[in-house]
Amino acid sequence: MALDNKTDFKYIGTRPERPDGLDKVTGKARYGADAYAPGMLHGAVVRSPHAHARIVRIDASKALALDGVKAVVTRADFAQDLEGEDWNLLENTIAGEKVLYDGHAVAGVAATSALIAKDAAKLVDVEYEVLPHVTDVDAAMAEGAPVLRDGAADHSVPDGLHPNVVRYTEFGRGDVEAGFAAADLVIERSFKTEAVHQGYIEPHACLAQLGTDGKGELWCCTQGHWFVRRMCAALLGLEATQLRVTASEIGGGFGGKTTVFIDPIALALSRKSGKPVKLVMSRSEVLKASGPTASASMDVKMGMTKDGKLTAATGTFRMQGGAFPGAPMDMTTMLAFSCYELDNVHHEGFDVMTNRPKQAAYRAPGAPMGAFAVESVFDELCEGLGLDPIDARLKNAVKEGTRSSFGPKYKAVGLIETLEAAKAHPHYSAPLAENTGRGIASGYWMNWGGETSVSLAIGEDGTVQVGVGTPDIGGSRASMALMAAETIGIPYENVRVNVVDTAALGVNEPTHGSRATYASGLATIEAAREAIGKLCQRAADKWGIDVDAVEWKDGAAHPSGPNAGDFEPLSIAEIAGEMGSTGGPITGHHDASPTGFGGSFGTHIVDVHVDPETGRSTVTRYTVIQDAGKAIHPDYVEGQFQGGAAQGIGWALNEEYIYGEDGRLQNDVFLDYRIPVASDLPMIDTVIVEVPNPGHPYGVRGVGETGITPPLPAIACAVSHATGHRMTRLPMSPPRVLRAIQGKGVS
Amino acid sequence: MNYHTPASFADASRIAAEATGTTRFLAGGTDVLVQLRADIVTPDDLIDIKHIPGVKAITRNADGSWTLGVAVAGAEMTEHAELMADWPGIVEGMDLIGSTQVQGRATLVGNLCNGSPAADSVPGMIAAGATVTVTGPDGSREVAVEDVPAGPGRTTLARGEVVSAVNIPARGENGGDAYLRFIPRTEMDIAVVGCAVNLTRDGDTITDARVSLGAVAPTVLLVKEAAKALIGTTLDDAALEALAEAASAACNPIDDKRGTIEFRTHVAGVLAKRAAGIAYARAGGEK
Repeated sequence: MALDNKTDFKYIGTRPERPDGLDKVTGKARYGADAYAPGMLHGAVVRSPHAHARIVRIDASKALALDGVKAVVTRADFAQDLEGEDWNLLENTIAGEKVLYDGHAVAGVAATSALIAKDAAKLVDVEYEVLPHVTDVDAAMAEGAPVLRDGAADHSVPDGLHPNVVRYTEFGRGDVEAGFAAADLVIERSFKTEAVHQGYIEPHACLAQLGTDGKGELWCCTQGHWFVRRMCAALLGLEATQLRVTASEIGGGFGGKTTVFIDPIALALSRKSGKPVKLVMSRSEVLKASGPTASASMDVKMGMTKDGKLTAATGTFRMQGGAFPGAPMDMTTMLAFSCYELDNVHHEGFDVMTNRPKQAAYRAPGAPMGAFAVESVFDELCEGLGLDPIDARLKNAVKEGTRSSFGPKYKAVGLIETLEAAKAHPHYSAPLAENTGRGIASGYWMNWGGETSVSLAIGEDGTVQVGVGTPDIGGSRASMALMAAETIGIPYENVRVNVVDTAALGVNEPTHGSRATYASGLATIEAAREAIGKLCQRAADKWGIDVDAVEWKDGAAHPSGPNAGDFEPLSIAEIAGEMGSTGGPITGHHDASPTGFGGSFGTHIVDVHVDPETGRSTVTRYTVIQDAGKAIHPDYVEGQFQGGAAQGIGWALNEEYIYGEDGRLQNDVFLDYRIPVASDLPMIDTVIVEVPNPGHPYGVRGVGETGITPPLPAIACAVSHATGHRMTRLPMSPPRVLRAIQGKGVS
Repeated sequence: MNYHTPASFADASRIAAEATGTTRFLAGGTDVLVQLRADIVTPDDLIDIKHIPGVKAITRNADGSWTLGVAVAGAEMTEHAELMADWPGIVEGMDLIGSTQVQGRATLVGNLCNGSPAADSVPGMIAAGATVTVTGPDGSREVAVEDVPAGPGRTTLARGEVVSAVNIPARGENGGDAYLRFIPRTEMDIAVVGCAVNLTRDGDTITDARVSLGAVAPTVLLVKEAAKALIGTTLDDAALEALAEAASAACNPIDDKRGTIEFRTHVAGVLAKRAAGIAYARAGGEK
């Protein structure tokens, strides 16, 4: 769908109150755990205490004998004939022959109270034969490493690699050796990042009802209820449309709620007990057994001429995504060098299995790790050649028509605009305090379209309801309302946007890939245009003229000119008030898998103070500059920018999955999984750059994910400059930074 | 689980002495209830001591010393201007624990009896020379705070013994105390290293000092060598270096998810210098 070239927006670009605000601040909003049903049981999950073990025997007799216990389910209560990703999903949801990580679900219990269920879970007797384990990506690829599962590798993996390497990619162009030979400086470095969790504040929760007739209802906290429907139907052997899934309000997702963990277990318990079953994860269960992101081990080599032109780049990216295929090495390789024009470039990626939970998407999955390595080397090249890091980036920055490092040519993109805005920003030239360093980095996320279905209906008073299938995790209801209001020409307050259940619309992909404001927004605009066509037809019928002679503007039908006839305009309220007698309800609908999504570039500037005696880092100033295409509701856009930076600060400085020698997660509570608290962050300044996306009527680009791509390298560069030591390992926790300061190297 | 609400410490002591299973005293509950919910400790007998008269009192005695009830919450200490003026180090140690909500419940005694080497309020009490009154089946006794912890999660108190008051000495003239902890974040975290310094000055010269370190050994430590490095000095650079060396030398930490041995040992010296600087300035009258 083409860009309208509309610039005189009335509602888009304003900052009206959020539609979900009152319910959320008064506690009335209903989240995953806020659902109840008559006769409801409470579920609990029995989890593995081992990193890797064979299940010898499960004896639930003591649990079933406990008063109040109504059902116990194991793998035998799920579909038996699955293959491929469905089998992976089931194996992760509930273990089969082996447990594959600390926290892996083994059985589910349903009882008349949460306390009884918890006690009953302890009474399920599981006998294990403990097996050797491996949790580190490099160790898992090494000769002699314990094999998680033979035959899991696909056809892409060359002969001779360890069976834990399950996918491989290799691509590039040009002659990298000739490119390096032409460089005045070549830097090669190895980098490592730890796995981190999305850290959404709301744990996974659901209420399930499933009858022996195969008909079910599921209320759950998710970013995509059609995905949940498809996955649960497969795992339980149901027909998709017989399961109606309703998405609750959602307390954060960041990609981690685009799959299922407990929902199939709750459904199986309900089917077995004949009662509704509620299942809620604890924080410890969330950290151990939902889907954190991958960890990475990477080697990047880049060459640059003395005037700042890149000559060649190579990268090897080894990622572990837990005990299943799926570490996002394809995204890491694809996006690593995406900011730069490169004639000579080569990528290699490895997807490696370890005894950790199955990774899930986390905000720009895979991109931040690659950016950390590449932007760090870019910074070191600038340092070595005495170049300004923004000027050097401008010399290499991609623009419309540039062939990307991963193949296709870019459409209109805004990297140069964000770099120029960064250079002009007062932050970039502000003086630095003692022991403080400044870091600059850019990053990219290509965004997504995806299956989308939206319905719009006119109320009898001329107000408008919009039903969308993308849960609102970042302000999409307000954005849809603004786009509908703009298109129809009625006030924002006259539009109510609802996230509706799976029975109400065709398939919608989740709110992921920064797609909701783009794709559901585009469908909302098209649905509104269809309704406008019908409104014009009603006016044409009333006036006895051809519909082509009716023009829609400012929320009313007008004769299109003097020749059309002399009629008073008919407002949407007037037409709606009579619609019952003029042909019935007036609606608009749009289904699409739009492909005109536009990627978003961002550039971040950060100042970090490092205490030279303790290695403790404090972010003292932070500025995010990012291309939004067109900011529909700028408050939410700025919020996305700030959120990406905040999560990136956590990932860079203190967040990490820490596994002990025994392969068990050491820090499964927020006390020790060190996500930043509010007082750890400065006010994060934002600059919205608008280079319209030609593939959306109003120019929208997704903005949610790009913001977490630059922080890792920007902060690492700032700490490197503050300490005089190049930081190549995340997190940059105080013990690690202090060792660097003391000249003990990177550990 | 049996829940008890005794009306006196003698009753509390008797209930605990007669109990045969796992017993916990409940004051603020910010450890006990968390451990209960996390399935770490499920007591057979839970003895709530908040109903005993006087447990919420902060009393300044005639000689200038202080007696604090065992259920006095952190927030009540922070908002007590006179206590804050006398013992800012103790109060700031307590104030660092948990969130605003936790501060409304958490207590000094709970923090001490939880037995964590990382307890933020304990180094300040030890540096101040505070004691606790312990009521047991055979009556009461007074125990120095540094003698209460026995190791992670353990105390030296016998079955049936319960802490019934905290006693803090009179501040006296020209004294000051301070507590600093190292955490990677700014709050909602647990000490990787903690250090309290309490000292008295005669002019610019330190005449008396006590130094305590947390999270660097199985129990919170009273480090006499570190105090010796301060006494008789004007907190000059040599004294600070000697202090840091003594503090680091006293460390016997572990490597764990919160910090490494080498990091804790080094930072103990850094924090000792910084805490000594603050205590010295406070003793000299700076607020």
